[in-house]
Amino acid sequence: MQPNTMSANLQLNEEGKLKHFLSIEGFSREMLTEILDTAASFAGMSEQQVKKVPLLRGKTITNLFFENSTRTRTTFELAATRLSADVLNINIATSATSKGESLLDTIRNLEAMHVDMFVVRHAISGAAHFIAENCAQHISVINAGDGRHAHPTQAMLDMFTIRQHKHDFDNLKVAIIGDILHSRVARSQIQALNILGAKEVRVIAPKTLLPAQVERLGVKAYHNMEQGLDDIDVIIMLRLQKERMNSALLPSESEYFKCFGLSAHKVKLAKPDAIVMHPGPINRGVEIESSVADGPQSVILQQVSNGIAVRMAIMSMAMQSSGVNQ
Amino acid sequence: MSKLLIRGGRIIDPANNLDRQGSVSVADGNIIAVGDELEAFTPDRIIEAEQQIVCPGFIDLSARLREPGHTRKGNIQSETRAAAAAGVTTLCLPPDTNPVIDTPAVVEYIKDKSEKAGYEQILPIGALTQRLAGNEISSMFALKQAGCIAVGNADLPLTKLQILRRAMEYADSHGLLLIYRPNEPSLSADGCAHDGAFASRYGLPGIPAAAETVAVAQCLELAQLTGCRVHFSRISCKGSVIKLQQAKKYGLNVTADVAIHQLHLTEDDMIPFDSAYHVDPPFRSDSDKQFLRNGLVNGTIDAICSDHQPHDLDAKLGAFPETQAGIAALETLLPLTLRLSREHPISLTQSIAALTEKPAKILGLDKGALTPGLGADICIFAPEQSWLVGHDSWQSAGKNTPFWNKSLQGKVTHTLQAGRTIYQQ
Repeated sequence: MQPNTMSANLQLNEEGKLKHFLSIEGFSREMLTEILDTAASFAGMSEQQVKKVPLLRGKTITNLFFENSTRTRTTFELAATRLSADVLNINIATSATSKGESLLDTIRNLEAMHVDMFVVRHAISGAAHFIAENCAQHISVINAGDGRHAHPTQAMLDMFTIRQHKHDFDNLKVAIIGDILHSRVARSQIQALNILGAKEVRVIAPKTLLPAQVERLGVKAYHNMEQGLDDIDVIIMLRLQKERMNSALLPSESEYFKCFGLSAHKVKLAKPDAIVMHPGPINRGVEIESSVADGPQSVILQQVSNGIAVRMAIMSMAMQSSGVNQ
Repeated sequence: MSKLLIRGGRIIDPANNLDRQGSVSVADGNIIAVGDELEAFTPDRIIEAEQQIVCPGFIDLSARLREPGHTRKGNIQSETRAAAAAGVTTLCLPPDTNPVIDTPAVVEYIKDKSEKAGYEQILPIGALTQRLAGNEISSMFALKQAGCIAVGNADLPLTKLQILRRAMEYADSHGLLLIYRPNEPSLSADGCAHDGAFASRYGLPGIPAAAETVAVAQCLELAQLTGCRVHFSRISCKGSVIKLQQAKKYGLNVTADVAIHQLHLTEDDMIPFDSAYHVDPPFRSDSDKQFLRNGLVNGTIDAICSDHQPHDLDAKLGAFPETQAGIAALETLLPLTLRLSREHPISLTQSIAALTEKPAKILGLDKGALTPGLGADICIFAPEQSWLVGHDSWQSAGKNTPFWNKSLQGKVTHTLQAGRTIYQQ
């Protein structure tokens, strides 16, 4: 029996247009490509004198961050501003829920203020999905990261960056290295790469940082860089949370770097034209060496700039389906 | 003297190796004849049971009633009504009420409530440790005197293996059965789903099967050491079945049950983030399910329980990991058990035995059979009748079940407890 998948229906409206963006799972290759193409049309805008389009004028977008993240929140805020939307930033980690207000009540209160879109980050897997299922009909929900589950806009900006450099996905071999177990970014990247038709997706990590039956996510698992990086076109490093150290997961930073850190020497194990990516913020000397992070093969800063265009694309597509032009 | 005749049904009584058309005669709360009608018997009341099955009332080894302490989720009144509608005439109540069942006073309270609800046979399981905190053994003798059928620590851990050992020795000194739900907390930690492909895909903290099998192995060793009789409650995986099979083969006096939903659902059936599927132990892999089913067929697993855990709406409203685990399962117990005998080479008789004869034997009760002289605990059901879960007849205060709104086959029409009709469709 095929496992149930998260229904794409929840993410699409009756006409099959984007409504919520909660997870990469369930989307077609065409839909993901449409997002990348739309993002491409926004990408040049940042260099122009006037950086705004009036697509979402009069709409209110709420950044609902139950978990701190200055960088992600800032790019969402910039994307919304460039679409001419009004933006409300709510940092709930220090606000309502700490007073015992439930997630649902927080949402209901904001709904009552006639918000049009929620951009949600939450420490629990499934939180964005729960909000999308329980909020008012007219509201779109964009998942800006939920627990270990998904970070689909990050995955799409990574796909955008890969496409910029490698043009298409069909012959690509991609390796994702680091803490796959706790990474929502990795889960979304793996789904996006598989849907977009990448030839091979690998994960490289010690078993302590791989989820159970990881192969069933559609990857090949490796436990060392020498084999894992062989013939690779795209190297994606993941951030290693400091709190994973000195637990039973890893013995020490130095041993981790020795085995799974990306040094200039290890970059050579991949194809000569391989690109190096990282969702940021990077831990220099822990998972990646400075000479690599700042080196010629690194596209890390391009990922950040691309984040704005990709988020503009997703936000405008989601809002158009909820009747922005009516 | 009140006399009742149940006429024209198919009588299935595994304990007496009986499967035949016939009638059951009841007088003054006791069964007086099974099979042929007595000649000089003039009943005050007749139940026509054509096209129906007449069997002993079910004995549920684990059903939460949520009282005392958690009455937002249900109470003795509402949940015993659900039990009656499910054909369950005797049920074991785990000790994790609030206050926990660690004093005779709490047992008295439950008895009193049970009497008021008109449902007599609630068998409390006494707490193995004081406050279920896992540190100090409870006053097991007093609990037994008050009416506890066995002792257990519900789903809560013991702080040390040494405590479990001492508790088992003490329980055995008083001839008490230990009902043990195997779980090694350091391995299950914050998990909310089986540590398999589903949890990996949706980023849910996993509970490995080893969290259960490690605890089964440890407890089997201690059963050997202490001589305490152990019943393993709600096992969920292949490794547990294999370990129990070996233990039984070498003559260890242990038994086990499985929650009915574990025999039907696996991680592959879960709807992503649907809290109705949040259950502990979690839905495991298909291979685990097959082993559990085979374990039931070959007798490694003795009984089926409902693992009834009704919840209020709020408990199930939230992001999946933050919702509470459990299914309101009493009223789907019979149809799902019948489905088992339709889908698998387990006979109808064998599946009914797992709800009647077997649990009675585990608890050492003179029940679970239609033997003349015994109290008339009887379930009459229409095996082919389809009904929609959650509609009209639903009695439990909990609406938390993955079978909600689904059509199931098999419906209880009458439930008799000591000859008294406690449910009629």
